[in-house]
Amino acid sequence: MATVRLSNISKTYPNGAKAVHPTSFDIADGELIVLVGPSGCGKSTLLRMVAGLEDITTGELSIGERIVNTLDPAERDIAMVFQNYALYPHMTVGKNMAYGLKNRGIDKATIAAKVDTAAQMLNLTEYLDRRPSQLSGGQRQRVAMGRAIVRDPALFLFDEPLSNLDAKLRNQMRIEIRALQRRLNTTAMYVTHDQVEAMTMADRIVVLNGGQVEQIGTPSEIYRAPASTFVASFMGAPPMNLIPAHYNGNGTVAVGSLSLPIARPADHKGEVVLGIRPEDATIGGTTPFKLDLIEELGANRLLHGTIDGNAFTVNAPNDDQPLATDLTLSLPNDTLHLFHGESGVRL
Amino acid sequence: MKRAAFNHRLLPVALLVPQIAIIAIFFYWPAWTAIQSSFYLEDPFGFGSTFVGTDNYTRLFASSEYLKVAQFTILFTVIITVFALGAALLLAVKADKVLRGARTYRTLLMWVYAIAPPVAGFIGVMLFDQNIGPMTDLFNWLGHDYRLGLNYMDTAFAMTITSIWIQIPVNFIFFLSGLQSIPQSVKEAAMIDNASPTRRFWETTFPLLAPTAFFLLIINITYALFDTFGVIDTIVYGNPASNPMTLVYKVFVDGFRGNDIGGSSAQSVVLMLLVLGLTIFQFRMLERRIHYT
Ligand SMILES: Nc1ncnc2c1ncn2[C@@H]1O[C@H](COP(=O)(O)OP(=O)(O)OP(=O)(O)O)[C@@H](O)[C@H]1O
Ligand SMILES: [Mg+2]
Repeated sequence: MATVRLSNISKTYPNGAKAVHPTSFDIADGELIVLVGPSGCGKSTLLRMVAGLEDITTGELSIGERIVNTLDPAERDIAMVFQNYALYPHMTVGKNMAYGLKNRGIDKATIAAKVDTAAQMLNLTEYLDRRPSQLSGGQRQRVAMGRAIVRDPALFLFDEPLSNLDAKLRNQMRIEIRALQRRLNTTAMYVTHDQVEAMTMADRIVVLNGGQVEQIGTPSEIYRAPASTFVASFMGAPPMNLIPAHYNGNGTVAVGSLSLPIARPADHKGEVVLGIRPEDATIGGTTPFKLDLIEELGANRLLHGTIDGNAFTVNAPNDDQPLATDLTLSLPNDTLHLFHGESGVRL
Repeated sequence: MKRAAFNHRLLPVALLVPQIAIIAIFFYWPAWTAIQSSFYLEDPFGFGSTFVGTDNYTRLFASSEYLKVAQFTILFTVIITVFALGAALLLAVKADKVLRGARTYRTLLMWVYAIAPPVAGFIGVMLFDQNIGPMTDLFNWLGHDYRLGLNYMDTAFAMTITSIWIQIPVNFIFFLSGLQSIPQSVKEAAMIDNASPTRRFWETTFPLLAPTAFFLLIINITYALFDTFGVIDTIVYGNPASNPMTLVYKVFVDGFRGNDIGGSSAQSVVLMLLVLGLTIFQFRMLERRIHYT
């Protein structure tokens, strides 16, 4: 258990690739922070710098009271769960979990007790004598978790630990990992490119894009007030509708020939991007919507169409009623988001 | 997949004939002849032979010279295996650190090493040349009058070093590809679990190399016992008498130089049994363990 502090951490690879631009944030004691972003945005790089598997180019990293920049991974009091689990193929499940403890000079009886407890927690007791190759993907994932748990580290690091599992198992393990982390109250850093995982697991989310932090906030902050068009389109499924528009400062935004009242006045005048979550739009109103395609999701359905030529999606409750192609929508003005037309920054 | 069907009964037999013929002519027949003639005493001038029972064998094991050669062969094999494997492993571990990800570089290096063995052998022999060899100069400079082919120890040294030198590249390639096939993340997990690089190597990396290492162990023993013939011949050619040699070379010397066909055949039979033993050992071990996935 510890707080983690990143101050101006950046990474330039030896080949000159700038993977992470100077980044600062703190992780509170017992907090689970999720790093999320598209492929290649530097999530893994950031996590691996915290783990000590990559050198930190600039900046200062502290875990607990210690500055750990120059410490080896084994000395940082961290445990990591890898995407492909990285179990030792020649060791049994029990030995895999015990290995890190054994090397820290802990006596045999304590190790056995810890491994037993972790195995029980993860339903692995009957597999302790098996080799990883004799386990299913989900069981291997648990062993990797167990190996991290027995260490009782100051910080858990997860690099896309669920991405090799099927959808059902992924949902189940997501909940289990979250529950375990809560129970153990261990600070954790979790990398994923799956925004559902990010929303459901995180205490706070760090959204990365091109090596830069776009936004840091709780899942609901990120959802309610995305800091940029990037965050708006990345977080949320289906993503927020983004429509180029014009804002003249008088309380209405113009989308082509349409004009929409907006609750939040902003200083910026001129080209803007108007954002509306698919679930905030409702059928029946004053804005004309041309329906092209319906996607059935069971309880809900997604209506794909256009507003004044701009692609637009509505997430509507499924009432099994047939729909005409020409509909009207109501877009409540307190649910509209405005972004700068060029920089994409929230206004 | 469509199964190929032979519409002629003799075709498969015809296709097998060359292979069977080769094995029969170059293996079964000579092996049988060797076993047979190991029970006969052949007249040196080829005027017939007399059945002598196991005399050739008893003579062999009573001969202090044969036992000396056997002793040398064992020592020679152990030293070559240990040093050729050890040096190659060390080089491979060092190369693996540099080569991670650098694919073109890796392929180039592999090529060099793949071409190397005959060249390496030639260079090795040149190193110890009595007139132009730098090793000879080095020993002379150190105050030792180095006599290749005359001094037993000097000759043994040259043979051993050259044989190791030739075998290292092969071992290196196998070790390196073994190391490169270990997932990077397993090594990283070990870095988090264990602070000591040396213990990390022996506890997490080497066990994953064990199948490769075991395979190489057999290959190296076989090499030291049998394939060093060329090196030994290059070095002792001309006067094998007082020089060290391996069992295999002695078969050649006694049979073709000494014209003792019976004794030489008995020696080959002993070697055949040795190979048989080695093969059984290898299969036993392979069955038992040493592969994980
Ligand atoms: N060893 C390396 N040398 C040079 N550049 C690298 C290296 N590793 C990663 N990069 C680059 O750094 C950037 C960030 O990589 P990183 O692996 O952190 O992405 P990521 O966000 O984890 O992506 P993914 O979701 O695909 O895992 C990428 O542009 C990548 O090409
Ligand atoms: Mg990654």
